[in-house]
Amino acid sequence: MAIKVLNPGLATTVQDQGRPGYFHLGIPVSGAMDSYALTAANLLVGNPATAAGLEAVFLGPQLEFQRDATVAITGADLPPKLDGEPRPGWTAFKVRAGQVLSFDYLKSGARAYIAVSGGIDTPLALGSRSTYALGALGGMHGRAIAAGDLLPMGDGPGADDGRSVAPTLRRMPGNPAELRVLPGLYWRLITEQAGRNFFDDEWKVAPEADRIGYRFRGGRPFSFEPREQPFGAGSDPSNIVDGCYQYGSIQVPGGSEPIVLHRDAVSGGGYFTLGAVISADMDLVGQLQPHTPTRFVKVDMQAALAARKERAAQIARLHDALS
Amino acid sequence: MKTRYSFGGDEHIFVEMDEEMSLDAFFKALTMSKAVRAADIDGVTEVCPANASFQVKFDPDRISPEEMLARLKAFEDEAGTATKRLDTRIIEIPVYYQDPWTHETLMRFRERHQDPSGTDLDYAARINGFDSAAEFITAHHSAPWFVSMVGFVAGLPFLYQLVDRDRQLQVPKYLRPRTDTPKHTVGYGGCFSCIYSVRGAGGYQMFGITPMPIYDPEQSVSYLKDFMVFFRPGDIVKWKPIDRAEFDRITAEVAANRYSPRIREVSFDLDDFKADIDGTNARLMEALHGD
Repeated sequence: MAIKVLNPGLATTVQDQGRPGYFHLGIPVSGAMDSYALTAANLLVGNPATAAGLEAVFLGPQLEFQRDATVAITGADLPPKLDGEPRPGWTAFKVRAGQVLSFDYLKSGARAYIAVSGGIDTPLALGSRSTYALGALGGMHGRAIAAGDLLPMGDGPGADDGRSVAPTLRRMPGNPAELRVLPGLYWRLITEQAGRNFFDDEWKVAPEADRIGYRFRGGRPFSFEPREQPFGAGSDPSNIVDGCYQYGSIQVPGGSEPIVLHRDAVSGGGYFTLGAVISADMDLVGQLQPHTPTRFVKVDMQAALAARKERAAQIARLHDALS
Repeated sequence: MKTRYSFGGDEHIFVEMDEEMSLDAFFKALTMSKAVRAADIDGVTEVCPANASFQVKFDPDRISPEEMLARLKAFEDEAGTATKRLDTRIIEIPVYYQDPWTHETLMRFRERHQDPSGTDLDYAARINGFDSAAEFITAHHSAPWFVSMVGFVAGLPFLYQLVDRDRQLQVPKYLRPRTDTPKHTVGYGGCFSCIYSVRGAGGYQMFGITPMPIYDPEQSVSYLKDFMVFFRPGDIVKWKPIDRAEFDRITAEVAANRYSPRIREVSFDLDDFKADIDGTNARLMEALHGD
């Protein structure tokens, strides 16, 4: 039994918690951009956190269920409707065979997660069901879902109707958004003034913001410490001898617009990176809409680890609340 | 060489053997990254060798960043004294230089290029001091190449030419990256050649195209049945220039699942290579063709 895609939405993909272990071959981790929200959706419907769901961006899909299931929508405020009737977000509800799940217009955030009891049961590719569209790997034939697709559903016990995640356990970016950054990597290539500007300026999310990376605009251009470019790097001061990129790292091609690399990022390349958004804040990046004002906040390793611990504690509270 | 360590957020350590590219830096990075992988350190989730650097991803809940850093530094002395010898393979890759598909693409993105009035090959030839694109093409395929990194997108090889530095070709990347590159384009940026494994964005100059798939997530291509990614760091490549007729013939063979690339086992010793570059390359060519 399956879910029939009547309308795919904008770029709806099958995602789970990702595909670690293949980065050295250029295959990124992929998985949910907001992994906390996918975890919450899964737990609401009685799935393990690792089950695959759908990640919808900006515009929800229209889905016809071919069998009964429990469903939950988390993440962005993309109001669900069942046969046209509103249903609450962050709350489990029953869907009967033949009913159609659709969505109202997006109110806040960027990515909503749709979990169904039993999970989306597309085949595993290198240990994960996540879609990596650039490499045509995972999900529905390596691409976003399309009208007419039949999404296979796994078997799952389902969960009680009406279970909900308390508002204190929902995590979304503020406005302006704040992303904590640990400076490092090739930080030393930029001038002290450029480093200060980066943290002082207010940036805005550019329209080029997707699963590969989020570009930011509006801050002052970067200046570089004078130096002779090393052999093999290329002549622009933002060029380096091609190396690995880090999940969350911030590159600035040409020294103008910082790009935060995300789940489907290229694994390496020849642009310098100035540091990385800390792991605890990566979920927030995927919920930023274009034009959202954003500040980068400088932190040290100790603060990064404290934030990581805090996020882990919140996930533990989520498990406690929904088990 | 000056090794530099830096944290990339709370989950990565980046180790740069040297700022500039050299085979010494590559071998040291590869040796160290292999040692880290073999040590099987609890909490290490990814080890990624690159051209002159490598990266380790770790879980700071299982090993503290300071301890991880100390463990990595302990491998450095060992790597400095290790033999720089690899048992590897040499592969012949057909290239159709100046093909119509990359030509169409480069014309479409001309306003992002250093020289909008010419082609990528004309530009690369001129800034490297060659009289014609044909001479540059000859320099590109006349000596073998070394796969010094796999990445960017799934299975894309970065290649470094096995010649002395005076003869190494260097070309800048596009002023602004393209949003499109044909699948299997043979590209060039900095001192690296590459083969784009999939269609997509790219900033390297475009010289030609190979009919030979190097990444197959479906694993239906005969020589990619065991694993979807063809290249590994340390592979040696010899480009073979082909014309349109040969390109079409190989494309048809690939489609019929009859194509198999010419591959031979070889060993490569960096000290031997540095002592006699032309002699080493001649031996590599013998291994590729002498059967």
